[in-house]
Amino acid sequence: MNIYDLTIHELKDKLSDGELTAAEIKNAFLDRINDVEDKVKSYITVIDKLVNRQLNNYEENKDGLLAGIPIAVKDNMSTDGIKTSCASKILENYKPPYNAAVVENLNDAGALILGKTNMDEFAMGSTTENSAFFNTHNPWNLNRAPGGSSGGSAAAVAAGECAAALGSDTGGSIRQPASYCGVVGLKPTYGLVSRYGLVAFASSLDQIGPLTKDVEDSAVMMNVIAGHDPKDTTSVERKKEDYTEYLKEDVSGMKIGIPEEYFNLDFDQEVKNSVMSAVEKLKKAGAEVETVHMTDASYALAAYYVIAPAEASSNLARYDGVRYGLRSEHASDVEEMFTNTRYEGFGDEVKRRIVIGTYVLSSGYYDAYYLKAQKVRTLIKDDFDRIFNDFDLIITPTAPSTAIELDSKSDPLTMYHSDIFTVPVNIAGVPAMSVPCGFDSSNMPIGLQLIGPHFGEGKIIQAAYTLEKLLNIKDRRAEL
Amino acid sequence: MIKRKDVEHAAALAKLKLNKEEKEKYTEQIGEILNYVDKLNELNTDGVVPTAYTVPMKNVLREDKVEKSLPRERSLANAPDQKDGQFRAPKIMSD
Repeated sequence: MNIYDLTIHELKDKLSDGELTAAEIKNAFLDRINDVEDKVKSYITVIDKLVNRQLNNYEENKDGLLAGIPIAVKDNMSTDGIKTSCASKILENYKPPYNAAVVENLNDAGALILGKTNMDEFAMGSTTENSAFFNTHNPWNLNRAPGGSSGGSAAAVAAGECAAALGSDTGGSIRQPASYCGVVGLKPTYGLVSRYGLVAFASSLDQIGPLTKDVEDSAVMMNVIAGHDPKDTTSVERKKEDYTEYLKEDVSGMKIGIPEEYFNLDFDQEVKNSVMSAVEKLKKAGAEVETVHMTDASYALAAYYVIAPAEASSNLARYDGVRYGLRSEHASDVEEMFTNTRYEGFGDEVKRRIVIGTYVLSSGYYDAYYLKAQKVRTLIKDDFDRIFNDFDLIITPTAPSTAIELDSKSDPLTMYHSDIFTVPVNIAGVPAMSVPCGFDSSNMPIGLQLIGPHFGEGKIIQAAYTLEKLLNIKDRRAEL
Repeated sequence: MIKRKDVEHAAALAKLKLNKEEKEKYTEQIGEILNYVDKLNELNTDGVVPTAYTVPMKNVLREDKVEKSLPRERSLANAPDQKDGQFRAPKIMSD
């Protein structure tokens, strides 16, 4: 295997054995970026010069959990002095004066941050094609989308352009690209990872999580980023866990629910077969699998398309051309400066969501849309709580299909439907992971979603680790 | 059903200029989205308490003491326009 194909834990083993040096690892990944980035286009910014400075720090931080490990970070997480654009023209030249909490966590763990990855503008989208700059290509088939909005992070991991990456997930933006690119993506419980320094999209739904080459790496990354942060008022105070403790090949007695209403939806048969065959394997390994009944996922999707744009329209009010970011040069007064800055700086999907969000919050519509959606949110959360009274985990597909072709040009509603399996999880605030479970007839990866109760990351990791061993496909890499 | 003037009104509230094509396109697309959203009314939510955040939260307070903050020049470093250590914006009051 090439150095760039190795996982975090494999790289760490080779570092401690003296088989590899940190400089060799750094060079292998930077060379890989040089070789394939033209084809994949995962990164908005590669920070190769700073990497050398970070490498010098490595000598002092050899015991860090990610000492010398090359990591990529989605371009909506603030990096001190390094461009953080959110793939938007409005932040094209923005260099934050501070680090996001997760970036501090990575630095403290001794990681080498290789760069900032491409995404849908302000994380709004499912293919990364809403980036204001360029498309990212799926490493398994360059004509296909990498998924989104964390498409750059997923593609970078799948292409060996980093050992692991951070993404953010508001309605599926870690899990769906992980599924499309054949990597492991975890959206933690809301409040488990600090959002300080994450550019806000929908504050009650956004959560940062890892995209990795295997389940063990996901546990390692969670050990680095999970924890209470006083700078994020929604961050939860609870005892730190060691997620690697859950890496056990044992699901005997674990109760897994299969929601009939999700599997009855109209979606790709190859995806359905692959997920069900993986479920059978877990059953053979001792899991108790039962069909369960849940509220139709389409209600969660409907609530999401009120709540997310509402929060976005409020969060994005800060882009006014005064303190940072783009300012329109076509303005004779301050009002025109505001409206033209936002007209020139935001892309199509962002504008659409600002209009929807403002509309559903506006006088006369607030109760009918926003309040109603918040009430439905309670029903959906209660629905998950009810299932988790009796079950350890729920399994669904991650996405209704494998990676779609680039330039498919779907209408917004069709595009929103690709998040049908992932959105309910954000609405309920529970954790979920996408794990590769097979390939379709075009050799595109298929993802299976494991959903756990609040703070049930450990159970998810345990079942996912078992499944990964049973399926034995984790060493397959995209050929570039 | 959402009308073009509703889209114009929402955009104005959001201080967002839209061109003619955008107004037409968004009216149609947002109409379809809200049509889909209407399915929320199929669920009975009488007496249901709305959820804003899924984790139980109370007011989060901290001690009122001064902590480290960014120096002025760093706070201003990204400003499109600045003068005398302050952000400068176009004139707000008319002459």
